[in-house]
Amino acid sequence: MDGVHDLGGVEGFGRLPIEDSEPAFHDDWEAKVMAMRLLMAAWRKWNIDAGRHSVETLPPADYLTLTYYEKWLASLVFLSERAGLITRDEIANGAPAPGSVKSSPPIDGPGFLALMAKGRPSERAPTAAAKFALGDQVRTARHMHAGHTRLPRYLRGCVGEIVLLHGTHVLPDVSSRLTGDEGAEPLYGVRFSAREVWGNDADPKLSITADLWESYLAAA
Amino acid sequence: MPHDHSDDHPHALLPPEPALRVKAIETLLVEKGLVDPGAIDAIVDAYANKIGPQNGAKVVAKAWTDPAYRKWLLDDATAAIADLGFSGLQGEHMVAVENTDQLHNIVVCTLCSCYPWPTLGVPPVWYKSSEYRARVVRDPRGVLAEFDVALADDVEVRVWDSTAEIRYLVVPQRPADTDDMDADALAKLVTRDSMIGTGFALLPGDA
Repeated sequence: MDGVHDLGGVEGFGRLPIEDSEPAFHDDWEAKVMAMRLLMAAWRKWNIDAGRHSVETLPPADYLTLTYYEKWLASLVFLSERAGLITRDEIANGAPAPGSVKSSPPIDGPGFLALMAKGRPSERAPTAAAKFALGDQVRTARHMHAGHTRLPRYLRGCVGEIVLLHGTHVLPDVSSRLTGDEGAEPLYGVRFSAREVWGNDADPKLSITADLWESYLAAA
Repeated sequence: MPHDHSDDHPHALLPPEPALRVKAIETLLVEKGLVDPGAIDAIVDAYANKIGPQNGAKVVAKAWTDPAYRKWLLDDATAAIADLGFSGLQGEHMVAVENTDQLHNIVVCTLCSCYPWPTLGVPPVWYKSSEYRARVVRDPRGVLAEFDVALADDVEVRVWDSTAEIRYLVVPQRPADTDDMDADALAKLVTRDSMIGTGFALLPGDA
């Protein structure tokens, strides 16, 4: 989707909010939001790609003004409600609906720390040979679909070089739809010169490398 | 996705003040049996106190002092970093990129805020900001200036946009006059920003 989240190269933003000796969290509630979002994801009603898409589809003005953990909270509520884990009435009342069934035991601390240590690899066994090799020139797609994608707008229609072969990985465009299909396909590190991306006035010593899936790319 | 009309987003049902919103949703999730309060505490403790850039600093210091490890890290960062115990969520697939006199690497996630949690912890506000995500792919030298980092004009700059589940760790240059320092002492010179590419490692007198 052409969303407001797709910020690479957007002009008009000012100085970075750099803070000396910044704590991991600025408030207890921020840490709790992070923890709850991780714990609710452990019910496996959604995946990381659907989670990211839920943040992208916040109203654009909210996306630009809410803090990071406010966005995560909005996303947590949205995903939990859509998955049927909580209802709108329960959110509004801040309490379980009368007579609602309690869920089976949630994952506990040691259980989650074990899951955290293991992670959730996105690499899958290859199902087909990779179409591109190191050094190949490729052109990125010009137009993408309205759903979740990881081809940034600023890198569309650009020619780059394959510099890394990452193997076969879950395709977010497909996996975010939560149909059970992961659409895994070869993933490549693709390097673009800044001049290709930003034009001839760009720094000749600058390049941008992004990780892009095979279906985003055509031979150039 | 079926929710492009987001004008009635359910988070609008919560109280406006963030701390109260979070309390309301926490109470609901705990009472519904969906979240174990002890698990919240365990995760908060892990990311607030245990997992942070001190982990990545150990990786870098080892690479500075052990040529075989450095080679392993650059060839297969996932395995080399896991060998030091830093693997898992948001560090499942790692790539290490090394700075030299002629090459400077910087990491960003323009689409969200992807960051290597096991080695660096949770990202700082500036890394997640619209300002960094928008500007660093276009004008990295301008962004670096805000960190008081200046690169010579002939230094190649590579920006890595973390668009997939690959997470990047920058191996900064080892500072001069550190030949007599061991890995533990060197790790104290390795800052978070130096492993993102928005800083250099500290000089021995500055640590």
